[in-house]
Amino acid sequence: MTGGQQAIEAAALRSDRFRLEREGDWQKLEAIVSRMEAGRLRKLSDEDVLALPVLYRTVASSLSVARETSLDAATLAYLEALVQRAWFLVYGPRVSLGQWFRRFLGGEWSRAVRSIWLDVLIALGVMVAGVVVGWLLVAGDTEWYHALVPTGLADERVPGASREVLHGTLFGNQDQDAMSIFAAFLFSNNAQVSILAFALGFAFGVPTLLLLVHNMGMMGAMLWLYHGQGLTLDLVAWLSVHGTTEIFAILLAGAAGLHIGRSMAFPGRRSVMAAAAEAGQRASLVMAGVVLMMVIAAMLEAFPRQLIDNTPGRLVVGGFMLVFWLTYFFAFARDPQKGSRP
Amino acid sequence: MNAATLTRLRGSDRLRRMVTPEGISLPLILASRGSRFGALLLDLTFIFLMMLATTLTLIWIAGGAANIAQEEATEGGAGSVVQFLLILWIAAMFLFRNAYFLYFELGPRGATPGKRLLGIRIAARDGGRLSAEMVLARNLLRDIELFLPLVFLANAGNGGDMGAAGIAATAWFLIFALFPCFNRDRMRAGDLIAGSWVVEAPKRKLETVMTAREASRPPSGYRFGEAELSVYGEYELQTLERILRENRPEALASVQDAICRKIGWNPGEGDERAFLEAYYTQLRARLEGNLRMGKRKADKFAGEG
Repeated sequence: MTGGQQAIEAAALRSDRFRLEREGDWQKLEAIVSRMEAGRLRKLSDEDVLALPVLYRTVASSLSVARETSLDAATLAYLEALVQRAWFLVYGPRVSLGQWFRRFLGGEWSRAVRSIWLDVLIALGVMVAGVVVGWLLVAGDTEWYHALVPTGLADERVPGASREVLHGTLFGNQDQDAMSIFAAFLFSNNAQVSILAFALGFAFGVPTLLLLVHNMGMMGAMLWLYHGQGLTLDLVAWLSVHGTTEIFAILLAGAAGLHIGRSMAFPGRRSVMAAAAEAGQRASLVMAGVVLMMVIAAMLEAFPRQLIDNTPGRLVVGGFMLVFWLTYFFAFARDPQKGSRP
Repeated sequence: MNAATLTRLRGSDRLRRMVTPEGISLPLILASRGSRFGALLLDLTFIFLMMLATTLTLIWIAGGAANIAQEEATEGGAGSVVQFLLILWIAAMFLFRNAYFLYFELGPRGATPGKRLLGIRIAARDGGRLSAEMVLARNLLRDIELFLPLVFLANAGNGGDMGAAGIAATAWFLIFALFPCFNRDRMRAGDLIAGSWVVEAPKRKLETVMTAREASRPPSGYRFGEAELSVYGEYELQTLERILRENRPEALASVQDAICRKIGWNPGEGDERAFLEAYYTQLRARLEGNLRMGKRKADKFAGEG
């Protein structure tokens, strides 16, 4: 007779014998869980990883039985805590960051974008309206230009500037130094702005709309300024190199924010909480992509825009990026994991 | 957290129940606002220290590169090294600010180092799987809740002009900062959007078996009859269990006193532990026997039903 069996026989109560017979499994699970929580996954043998779900179910059923038969508060509390810890691991985010990223690029991102199509359309409408408003305001009164476009003292891009000056701001900057620093800074800055546009959607989307209108109003004002000197196409080309990516990203960020705001304002039959959570998870996927687009936009802004010094070349790059994004998001509307997500 | 705090928290507004896919309901205790704030301060300290260390290291490398360039008299080479380091620095600052929380909360502990130190973690509010999207969403919102007001306050502190717009903006950000104070589940805006919440991460040792230890010693000889055992219920049993586990002589004596007054015994002194262990074992045997028959008695005031 082993020591363990002796202890079991010695226990006076049936519930304690139940516990002594099973606590080996409990402690085995606890050891695996502790090691996984400590992040020492590599030290874990395959057997342990395979044993986790089995042991989890064993211990969970121990807990159910103990609840019906045992009044040992300490044991019950231990089991509850252990089952919960194991549950977090068994039902935790089991994809690694790399796997998640691959799935994300391979369809989840574009699916998320397509699923908020209505918000994308609304955001697009608002942005176009913003450009028009910016244009009309400045056309009516040039003082609006300074209100819409933050102009530094040395900035030459002000109303009344000559054609040569404006032309000079678009062309002939390719020997600029430290363009890569510029790119990194732009990315960090633009990504933060788009995160803001998304996060502000929380207040029922209103601040997001204002932010979109303001940003696009600035563009409308600049368009008006260059239009006055017959440089519209050149400006559009200059903007389009990175703008088709960046403005697209801002559009998506605004749409993601709007999506949350709209779901909270009109939750339908769900509770506001459930609607917000559902929309938030979908929108956050879109946002992860927006940050990625911002990286690409900053690269484009720093290198090709400065290095390609003619309007047709810039238009080709910008147009190509636009077609690329549209194709990526909307052309392959197939569902790789059908039914896995409503 | 021990059994005592769990008992204290039963019925408190921080206790929630979660049902696993196997149909087992588990108690879940929401993290207190204080520990969440503490965890945040810790995390911000860690982020600041990492930023500082990175900055200093890069400056040190840049200084070294400049020295080498001076000796070799190649100015262009040093320039591009410094430029590269600057890009590295901007990227690192962006990552520290945005990826720190993401990286740790996606890990198996579901908690940043600050949260881990204070024993809390994040979980899905609906009891389902904590997904990568939830972690993403709750951390994207952190920007307007935390970093924007900080930048804003810093600007105001630098002698910036605080007009009506400034006050309105401050009020706006205060709403987010105080958001966890205005809802039952202590969610911040990010939790609301993500469908997550922050709970205490349970961790408990397996205590020894009470009755086995008692049985391994010679029987104490205390025998209680039906009438003496039927006065107490489960609540008193668990209180007695706690007293026995804590094992403080004065508590043991006073509990023995209370029980004896109730059942009309006249005990001797100096044998409290053996008496209480015997009473505990026999009371538990009786209550568990009834439990198997489907009869429960919650406490001494409850009838048996």
